[in-house]
Amino acid sequence: MTNKKANFLLAGVGGQGTLLASDIVAEVGLRQGLEAKKSEVHCMSQRGGAVTSHVRWGEKVASPLCEKGTVDFFVAQEMLEAMRWLEYLRPGGTVILSQQELPPTGTVFGSAVYPDKERIFTTIGQIAGKLLALDAVGVAESLGNRRTANSVLLGALSAELAEDEQPWLEVIMEKVPARHKEVNRKAFLAGREGAWELGD
Amino acid sequence: MDKALMSGNEALARGAWEAGVEVATAYPGTPSTEILQNVALYDDIYSEWAANEKVALDTAIGSAYAGRRTMAVMKHVGLNVASEALFYASYTGVNAGLVIITADDPGMHSSQNEQDNRNYARFAKAPMLEPSDSQEAKEFVALALALSEEHDTPVLIRTTTRTSHAKSVITLEDRETKEKRPYIKNPPKFVMIPAYARRRHPVIEERTAKLRQWAETCAINTIEWGDKKIGIISAGAAFQYAREIFPNASILKLGMAWPMPEQKIRDFAAQVDRLLIIEELEPFIEEHVRQMGIAVEGKSIFPAIGELTPERVRAAAVEAGVLAKNGNGHTPDVGALPIRPPVLCAGCGHRDVFWTLRRLKVTVNSDIGCYALGVLPPLESSDTIGAMGASIGVAMGMRHAGLEKENVAVIGDSTFFHSGLSALATAVYNNTPIVVIVVDNRTTGMTGHQGNPGSGETLRGEHGHRIDIAAVARALGVKHVYELEARELKEMQNTIKEAQKSGEPAVIVARTICVFETSHNREPYIVHNDDCNGCTLCFRIGCPAIFKSDELDEKTQRPKAWIDPVQCVGCGLCYDVCARQAIEPGKEIPVMAA
Repeated sequence: MTNKKANFLLAGVGGQGTLLASDIVAEVGLRQGLEAKKSEVHCMSQRGGAVTSHVRWGEKVASPLCEKGTVDFFVAQEMLEAMRWLEYLRPGGTVILSQQELPPTGTVFGSAVYPDKERIFTTIGQIAGKLLALDAVGVAESLGNRRTANSVLLGALSAELAEDEQPWLEVIMEKVPARHKEVNRKAFLAGREGAWELGD
Repeated sequence: MDKALMSGNEALARGAWEAGVEVATAYPGTPSTEILQNVALYDDIYSEWAANEKVALDTAIGSAYAGRRTMAVMKHVGLNVASEALFYASYTGVNAGLVIITADDPGMHSSQNEQDNRNYARFAKAPMLEPSDSQEAKEFVALALALSEEHDTPVLIRTTTRTSHAKSVITLEDRETKEKRPYIKNPPKFVMIPAYARRRHPVIEERTAKLRQWAETCAINTIEWGDKKIGIISAGAAFQYAREIFPNASILKLGMAWPMPEQKIRDFAAQVDRLLIIEELEPFIEEHVRQMGIAVEGKSIFPAIGELTPERVRAAAVEAGVLAKNGNGHTPDVGALPIRPPVLCAGCGHRDVFWTLRRLKVTVNSDIGCYALGVLPPLESSDTIGAMGASIGVAMGMRHAGLEKENVAVIGDSTFFHSGLSALATAVYNNTPIVVIVVDNRTTGMTGHQGNPGSGETLRGEHGHRIDIAAVARALGVKHVYELEARELKEMQNTIKEAQKSGEPAVIVARTICVFETSHNREPYIVHNDDCNGCTLCFRIGCPAIFKSDELDEKTQRPKAWIDPVQCVGCGLCYDVCARQAIEPGKEIPVMAA
């Protein structure tokens, strides 16, 4: 596995756990003997703003930021954010999308309009080689904790990378609180075993 | 040897521990905050939050004078506050090593400007190191302390958001303990009265000359030779982008931002056909190289405004004809998208204050913190925000100039202790009739809930002395001091009006809650569809838990409100503003006895 090279982008909304999820991806790269770098932004964006985190695996990695148009795996935790950061995706790259919609406040008191689902899917389809649209929150909820939606997404990501589940589970177990270990393990495996089929 | 994935900030803390730092001070500020939070995890280091960066640096200087290796940490604008201390410390020098970390924020992810603090190194005549990843961040702390002791100078380390908040692998080493250096009384060195300071100035100039010599041969100014058609000089995070976008070019990487190795630069320039400088923000290296009489291109190609990114470096290089276009330029057409700015959290107590100020239609001189978000729609109730503590001074100036409308200053608890105190003293001294609202949520919210003198919780987790803001205001001589709960909208509104009528300085301590720290002890509120007619009043408080539902009111054809039970924390502001009693309070959650 040591010749693996990949760029990842994770995007969500402040409070969705984007940073923890990207920590896990970076750590998994490292455990496989690769160099891994990640970049994120703290503070203001964490107050419900748009949050992204870049992760890069490779033999040698210089920039901690992915260049636009070079992301191999784009994990979007929210539909609108999938659109916002789509330009980072490499044509033919893979999008793992949680079908959660979190309309920003401007769509409530203002005239801004949340893009409809069809437009989102069509736009992603024009550039992505593969789109996995998951009901990640629904799956997580059915397992008893909607906060494990990210583990569902990471499970799907690990399957797309055609990887051994072991390093992923190992890192997730280390990074989540003890009382949530079991439900996160289930969520990861549900994502890995094809939970996207639950999506429409 | 053990390895770990660490952010630049975690690595700087690790570096401090490994290099035998024993005292560390800071005031929180993005992107620097996690450095001291991580230092605090090492029991071998005494660490504390100061009320502001000037106090943090003075404290650090005292510790270095007394013989302990010391670190002071701040964000870029924090060094403005601490700059007077930096300048005298440069003259006095140190005893044990002193490293000062300044974390710059190109792109202003969470700052009011994007100043380039490399200028402080030249200005204050202190050397500066600039790491480009976490391993360097860790190593440069030890190097900075050794340089500090060898050359008797404070040493600056400059990070940027992308070195502070990017994670990469570092090698873990053991702590090297240092003997405490004895403090020996030496007024000509440590007392900067003019007579002694005049003697120090030539010493400082000589020091810079020696450091310039050191920079010529040091291991952190390195050349990676490649194709010699293009030679690049770069530093910090920008070096990583340069390496990424120009994989074959020769690169002179400056790990030391100041002073610069002039002979090394000359030799490098002589061997390449075209010399480029890729640096973030100001043309700091470029201007120096040009002054040396060397032909160089930098800001004529690469942007001086905003954060550099790999694609910005590539686009600029392609535009200038330095690089051929590659295939990365395919941009999907996503159309117009709603923006997602940061918002005050659901249940945030600051919302009560700004809702009230909006209704009162006063001019609001606000300040730095989460409550800066009160400027955004729909609350839009801030007129000015500049720097930590500026609210009170700017409010006074507006009074002096005879502002037609009433104005109030709004300042947070941590910001009040940071630099509001001396401004309030000025107001009392001159009897300037301003109303100061201290929005007191008992935490330093925006940077991630650090303690402050008003919360009493120290960095090391002890419950220290909590300073009572109202008592401080009274002690400063403010005659009109009010304390209230911001959740009581009517009382707050009446109190502000009363304070305005007093014609003298007045302070209102508006106690609010930070939902990260405590709760409203109420279940989510519910909208009764039959009573809601979609009037939009509750939308206008800008609460992220309130949405338009799919159901339209028959008469008005406007969407009714819906409260997301996951996000609502039960503050009740929507209940207070609803004119039709269409919102029902959630059940009270009994508080468990401790």
